[in-house]
Amino acid sequence: MRMLSRNATFNSHGQDSSYFLGWQEYEKNPYHEVHNTNGIIQMGLAENQLCLDLLESWLAKNPEAAAFKKNGESIFAELALFQDYHGLPAFKKAMVDFMAEIRGNKVTFDPNHLVLTAGATSANETFIFCLADPGEAVLIPTPYYPGFDRDLKWRTGVEIVPIHCTSSNGFQITETALEEAYQEAEKRNLRVKGVLVTNPSNPLGTTMTRNELYLLLSFVEDKGIHLISDEIYSGTAFSSPSFISVMEVLKDRDCDENSEVWQRVHVVYSLSKDLGLPGFRVGAIYSNDDVVVAAATKMSSFGLVSSQTQHLLSAMLSDKKLTKNYIAENHKRLKQRQKNLVSGLQKAGISCLNGNAGLFCWVDMRHLLRSNTFEAEMELWKKIVYEVHLNISPGSSCHCTEPGWFRVCFANLPERTLDLAMQRLKAFVGEYYNVPEVNGRSQSSHLSHSRGQSLTKWVSRLSFDDRCPIHGR
Amino acid sequence: MASSASENRLLLSKIATNEKHGENSPYFDGWNKYNQNPFHLTENPEGVIQMGLAENQLSFDLVEEWIRKNPKASICTAEGIEKFRNVANFQDYHGLPEFRQAIATFMSKARGGRVTFDPHRVVMSGGATGANELVMFCLADRGDAFLIPSPYYPAFYRDLGWRTGVQIVPVDCDSSNNFKITKEALEAAYEKAQNNNINVKGLIITNPSNPLGTTLDKDTLESLVTFINQKNIHLVCDEIYAATVFSSPKFTCITEVIQNMNCNPNLIHIVYSLSKDMGFPGLRVGIVYSYNDDVVNIGRKMSSFGLVSSQTQHMLASMLSDEDFVEKFLTTSAKRLAKRHGVFTDGLEEVGINCLKSNAGLFCWMDLRRLLKDQTFDGEMVLWRVIVNEVKLNVSPGSSFKCVEPGWFRVCFANMDDDTVEVALKRIRAFVGQGKKAQEQAQVKSPKKRWQSNLRLSFSSSSRRFEQEGVSVMSPRMMSPHSPMPHSPLLRATT
Repeated sequence: MRMLSRNATFNSHGQDSSYFLGWQEYEKNPYHEVHNTNGIIQMGLAENQLCLDLLESWLAKNPEAAAFKKNGESIFAELALFQDYHGLPAFKKAMVDFMAEIRGNKVTFDPNHLVLTAGATSANETFIFCLADPGEAVLIPTPYYPGFDRDLKWRTGVEIVPIHCTSSNGFQITETALEEAYQEAEKRNLRVKGVLVTNPSNPLGTTMTRNELYLLLSFVEDKGIHLISDEIYSGTAFSSPSFISVMEVLKDRDCDENSEVWQRVHVVYSLSKDLGLPGFRVGAIYSNDDVVVAAATKMSSFGLVSSQTQHLLSAMLSDKKLTKNYIAENHKRLKQRQKNLVSGLQKAGISCLNGNAGLFCWVDMRHLLRSNTFEAEMELWKKIVYEVHLNISPGSSCHCTEPGWFRVCFANLPERTLDLAMQRLKAFVGEYYNVPEVNGRSQSSHLSHSRGQSLTKWVSRLSFDDRCPIHGR
Repeated sequence: MASSASENRLLLSKIATNEKHGENSPYFDGWNKYNQNPFHLTENPEGVIQMGLAENQLSFDLVEEWIRKNPKASICTAEGIEKFRNVANFQDYHGLPEFRQAIATFMSKARGGRVTFDPHRVVMSGGATGANELVMFCLADRGDAFLIPSPYYPAFYRDLGWRTGVQIVPVDCDSSNNFKITKEALEAAYEKAQNNNINVKGLIITNPSNPLGTTLDKDTLESLVTFINQKNIHLVCDEIYAATVFSSPKFTCITEVIQNMNCNPNLIHIVYSLSKDMGFPGLRVGIVYSYNDDVVNIGRKMSSFGLVSSQTQHMLASMLSDEDFVEKFLTTSAKRLAKRHGVFTDGLEEVGINCLKSNAGLFCWMDLRRLLKDQTFDGEMVLWRVIVNEVKLNVSPGSSFKCVEPGWFRVCFANMDDDTVEVALKRIRAFVGQGKKAQEQAQVKSPKKRWQSNLRLSFSSSSRRFEQEGVSVMSPRMMSPHSPMPHSPLLRATT
């Protein structure tokens, strides 16, 4: 008899993918400004470390929130006992207000339809448990966040069928791609229960167009299935076009509780990216469907948000002055940082998808591939990790259908480290590829064979040990 | 055109639409009554007293004092703020190293220092709720089963089986031997499962026991270890009440037992939490500690679905590594639990109500068999409704713990202050006294009538009225098995 479960013995947790292996290499040899200047610079971690100073200064001015106090009285005991899976009402109110503010108050949310979960990781898994049975499927546009393979499939037994998007149109979702994915699922005898999109997109760093959203709504309406919109990066949309939430589009199309599709549109949110607080494990599920809310609420028992954290963030997010300033400053700093990355890449003859959101760029290195294959992408990636000492995420780990794309993060490191990373990259490209600077357009280049042979020097076997520290995006 | 509710229901998963979360059981009806009319010493002295919630509220003063003296433990105070960004950023599923170390040390201290724990085996989870589910996901597939001695914690049905598809096979225990787990009962349950083609993957025990409030003796533990090794199945020990042991016999944890036995360590797993021992259910600190490396490895990856907030990890790392504080807390907490237990059980004894002799937990296992109209579970329900509606105490009926004998009730004593305990005892005295009075009056009239039939007379009017009203159905929005204080200031939404 197999002693452990199937969950425990197969690799459906997805952590053997290259996405996580790069982290491991980083962990073995992490860059440090003083102690390890030749180490690997971490650019595979989508974290937002740009505005923590704003939160720190708020905390310095608001000591009561942190000290388990309310109106001078200690509320420690009540917080320590508070395990109601409906969540702290003040916190949920603050969350929905914050979510509305991020959306320019074009939509509002009802706190009674919000369910708190331990991070978006838990929120996404919980949604799948609520909406699909084992053996059923959800459609997801590629490229997508590698962690979805674990979050959505692992313990739920649900399949992901990709909606293939390509660079031919900036990786936008098309009607054809949707239909093809649906047919593919049918061919595999998988009942499709919904579509899950990330908007703004990880790893593309773009917001969805209104047309794409209309398309999605029509599609799910037509097929009678769910639409989950993971809007975890909604507060990172730093330049135009502005972020449009799926909830806004529902409103546009006069979809309310009397329309068929109303109850099948759901949102996932979290404070891990917008506020840069992934350690606090604050995720949320939002649904217009009472049954989903009820089921998800019960399920949240398996991963509630610490009451201590709910209390702190309730105070923080209820301060409208802070939230207003934070949202604006966050946009400003992200925009500047992205600009620096883009220009640094251009100097290295590398262009990227035109992005307006997120904590990363979707970088086009197709011209640096030995051949238009994923093997070549892996070779290039290993060079970048082992020789250039940059950890970036290869597109294949995001299930991209075209080789040569990489996700490069810009908000998790100081500016000077970003500059150093770009210098390294430029030197690397210059040495091996002789590619001139890009003037706003990507250029193709041809590798000489002698250069190509040196690539094989850098292919090495990565060992997998259990030191993959982080599951974040 | 509005979508039909039933069409939408088909579009949801079976899990979302079945009742296997178990929250529609009568166990939660009592909470409903409490929530509608909660007792308050001054503001609502006639309200329902909550005695169905196993919480430890006796020692917060010690924790509050520690927090006041240790502002650095908070990442938000002036003293601690320099740690804010690193902690807020920390989402490594290994957990803060100092947190893991502090937990391992605390677990050892809670077991009198008789055993030690390796921080590298400490895996976080979303409370013990999350921990139990995680362990099932690691050890069992859909349709597999775990043996559980009854009576057991009602929410196991949800925690172990709802999303995992794992079945529960009860191992029946009864009062003939003080609810001890016997080899015969284990073998019988195992065989019954085999005969029904159910694949048993393991045995899960809660030690100290909920709802019994007793610790397992060494002989029983050894026989369990022998049993699981013979069958080559897992043993999961939920030791969530480890530090609530307040009198002898002292707690024997599974680690102690396996140290001196021939046991395959890959079969042994511990579930722990700070919710009961420290009284911190809101902080959601669950721990899986396994002697099986694969389970640690995989469990750690799964812990992504329910990590402990890094803010909380940081604070607890500091608190639980303060040896003086921990020593003081564990000793004081045990003393206070002993005292409260004594006051309560003495009070019950005065009116002829006995409890199972216990030495741990936050509750007593009360024997009300002689008060049953009929020695059936229906009879138990009738009595329970009287206790909730007339006596206004929310206690938990044994049937909700799948006890095989009707008439047992779990009553919690550590989630209230001394005054409330007094009020509760007063009401019980009055209730039992009322029954005796009716009995005496009936005996004067017709001395040959049996005592039980007289009780039937005295309770019949109230129980009939309740039956007419019908059992209230919970609305999912309103009810939570985790809401202790509907009038807590925390629940007043601020706008």
